[in-house]
Amino acid sequence: MDPEFLSRLKFALTASFHFIYPPLSIGLGLLLVILGVLYLRTRNPKWRQLSFFWVKIYGLIFAMGVATGIVLEFEFGTNWANYSRFVGNIFGSLLAAEGIFAFFLEGGFLGLMLFGGNRLGPRLWLFATVMVTFGAHFSALWIVMANSWMQTPAGYELAQTSMGTLAYMTSFREVIFTPSFIPRILHTLTASWMMGAALMLSVSAFYLLRGRHVESSTAAFKVALPVFALFSIIQLFLFGSESAITVTNYQPVKLAAMEGLWEDTACAPMMLVGWVDTANQQTYGIKVPCMLSILVGGSPDTVVQGLNSFPQDTWPPINLVFQTYHLMLALGASFIGLGLLGVLFALWKERIWRTRWLLWLFVASVFLVELSTLAGWWTAEFGRQPWIVWQLQRTADAVSPNITGGQVLAAVLMFVVLYSMLLVLFLFLLNEKIQHGPDPAAEEVAVQSLPDTFKDIFGRRARAR
Amino acid sequence: MWLNVVWYILFVVIITGYLIMDGFDLGVGILHPFLAKDDQERRISLNSIGPVWDGNEVWLVLGGGALFAAFPMVYASLFSGFYMAMMLVLLVLILRTIAIEFRSKRPSSRWRTTWDWVFFVSSLGIALLLGVAFGNIMGGVLLDAQGNIGGNLLTLLNPFALLVGVTTVFMLSTHGAMYLAMKTEGEQQARVQRWIPRLMLIFFVLNTALVIWTVLAHELIADRYLAQPFLALVPALALAAVVAGWLMLRRGHTMIAFLLSAAMIAGLMFSAAIGLYPNLLVSSIDPAYNLTIFNASSQPNTLTVMLIMALIGMPFVLLYTAGVYYVFRGKVRLTPQSY
Ligand code: HDD
Ligand code: HEM
Ligand code: HEM
Repeated sequence: MDPEFLSRLKFALTASFHFIYPPLSIGLGLLLVILGVLYLRTRNPKWRQLSFFWVKIYGLIFAMGVATGIVLEFEFGTNWANYSRFVGNIFGSLLAAEGIFAFFLEGGFLGLMLFGGNRLGPRLWLFATVMVTFGAHFSALWIVMANSWMQTPAGYELAQTSMGTLAYMTSFREVIFTPSFIPRILHTLTASWMMGAALMLSVSAFYLLRGRHVESSTAAFKVALPVFALFSIIQLFLFGSESAITVTNYQPVKLAAMEGLWEDTACAPMMLVGWVDTANQQTYGIKVPCMLSILVGGSPDTVVQGLNSFPQDTWPPINLVFQTYHLMLALGASFIGLGLLGVLFALWKERIWRTRWLLWLFVASVFLVELSTLAGWWTAEFGRQPWIVWQLQRTADAVSPNITGGQVLAAVLMFVVLYSMLLVLFLFLLNEKIQHGPDPAAEEVAVQSLPDTFKDIFGRRARAR
Repeated sequence: MWLNVVWYILFVVIITGYLIMDGFDLGVGILHPFLAKDDQERRISLNSIGPVWDGNEVWLVLGGGALFAAFPMVYASLFSGFYMAMMLVLLVLILRTIAIEFRSKRPSSRWRTTWDWVFFVSSLGIALLLGVAFGNIMGGVLLDAQGNIGGNLLTLLNPFALLVGVTTVFMLSTHGAMYLAMKTEGEQQARVQRWIPRLMLIFFVLNTALVIWTVLAHELIADRYLAQPFLALVPALALAAVVAGWLMLRRGHTMIAFLLSAAMIAGLMFSAAIGLYPNLLVSSIDPAYNLTIFNASSQPNTLTVMLIMALIGMPFVLLYTAGVYYVFRGKVRLTPQSY
């Protein structure tokens, strides 16, 4: 067996599986902060009750993120040793920074957030939640930075050494702010916020359909709906199209594959659904004429480069990139529809609570957002092939030279079994938590006596006690 | 050049941080089936580390990142060379996270007992595997001119490495027991305190054997101490810390005893680091292939940027780590949110 192919399979598997969870924690974190603020402003116990419920779910999701993230931290060394040698100077620093600035923040405050509800007053508890959420966002920031450097490398020079060609850092600022970083992080974070909102919508809609916890679910639904609707619109019109423009400018062959465009074309069409026939160099499907040129160039006259302008050995797997990209687009467009329908039915005499089909769509939404986010990453990563670092190192040259196919196969099998088990257990426990639902808010009396400022904990009053 | 030395020290500090911080919660895991008899006690043992274990594990993640950034050649050679061992480490790391998080999610006693065992086995596995890996690093590996490590999983399981592995297990159990003594009360605490001297004794014997073996068999390390005998102060202090810890414990100062146990771990780590300096990976094929902190490092540019980041980031890390431990100080209290 070929260690390169298996290593790619392993990375695809482990990265995709990891990425199911972090966007949920990023998005849910934001919503927990909103719930905490609402409680402080209104002192209505229903917000606190909701926080208690969602913090438990957060804990479960977080644990899955941690368990699967650690694999990736070491995977560059285990499977991509030559890549690690080549980019260690640059890529390694970004990973280390993620540890120092993000994971410690999350890991440190997570305990306070998960177990602090009965130990801290609402203000300090909110503070812990804010810090964990910051941590999750920082971690996305650094890792997406690292990935963006692989997509559009900058701020480096190549040096010939006794260990082979290595990439050395010339400017840290340029390494951080590579051309694709800002669009990518905005796009990814927006996707995560949508995901958190969709999770809350999904669970609340489920309760409403079942007629359980009606009051708190209605409240949660009303908080999450505007977040979801707003961000899905922003996603399409701002950050999604910005990502496409960035790809056009810096990775034009990837864009050609995403749209299945063979020849340089003015007034290039955008595909809605389609199929790329690689053998005959044809792309079939439903097109919007000139739309691609307008999207990436701002005018129908813009010439978009086709695949044939690039050497064949730099083409990514075309149909794969095309399909994952269009899956994301189709889902993205449908989220706007869903969000707007939701808002409309909510404003229109609160019809939404009686519109069962719409509520069922919201129940499904979290899975669809999850799928579109993964599809987006698949587009970005498959579209980068055959390069591991864009135009600097090929994936084939990046593999660890001393691992055998048998070893990697064993590892792949281990992760398939382990991750399937984890997923089943995770869904099972999540389902149990959801079936159980929020506990009634009973501890109102106690809230006043909890330490609620730093002074309460570290200051005079603590000493007097 | 000084940057390379600084990063060597920082890397050792991070690994020491990991051993001290995650070390006690691994220890609690190893002792879990022995020192916690019923569900209530097991919950207490689990919740003694509940709010902090995740933050502790970040030291390992940071260790990986820092090695990648500062010494990429070692990151690449080590993890690809120890491929199967590394997969096992990942397996137990994942299982442990899941065991801690899932155990108390259902009341069924079958469910809980199962995860208790997973928690125990995975904690033991991590301590043992990391110890064995470290033993191999100390003993030298089949490193060739291209920086690739030969051999297989069985090569790694040589007697010296196994001894380091077992010693690590007992070192961390002792450390974990000291932590439990601080966090538990009543009968459970009494049980813990009965166990500490036995654990300490076993650790002491193993450790002495290890030191003798190292001095006799690994010239590189022995030579370093012979050349600069004053360096022997570090291992001597580590030893003194154990003895002092033992005395403190007898007087009932559990917290000071725990801190001394942490000091001892730091002392031992630094003794090993002094012995290895400036090598990070020693080749048992030809010393010319050794990966050192000079030939395996990143460029000064990267090391400087990283140093600045560490100087900005670490004070915050220490600050809120201390804050969290302060909030959760004292004996374990079970609340509805606890594991
Ligand atoms: C909720 C999730 C979600 C939704 C609805 C969309 N995306 Fe997306 N997309 C992502 C989630 C995502 C992502 C997972 O966050 C990716 C992967 C890498 C990245 O930068 O973001 C991504 C990548 C990605 C890329 C590839 C970037 C690259 O290869 O470097 C492009 C061109 C777009 N997106 C464009 C769009 C457009 C035009 C959308 C309009 C409907 C859209 N995305 C909706
Ligand atoms: C989290 C969302 C991500 C997903 C779902 C994802 C998915 C994938 C997939 C499917 C591949 C296989 C591509 C192929 O071999 O044809 C891949 C490769 C790879 N990705 Fe990602 N990826 C993600 C994020 C990242 C990030 C953040 C980084 C870097 C920090 C990264 C680095 C790599 C590397 C090194 C490879 C292996 C080499 C290669 O095949 O190009 N990935 N990823
Ligand atoms: C876009 C891609 C990624 C994002 C946004 C992301 C974000 C996160 C977040 C938010 C967490 C915290 C755990 C959680 O909330 O579930 C996490 C955990 C983790 N991630 Fe990722 N991650 C990504 C991809 C990767 C990759 C490619 C790596 C490999 C280096 C990685 C390494 C880790 C590690 C080691 C952890 C565990 C940290 C801990 O112990 O707290 N992540 N990630």
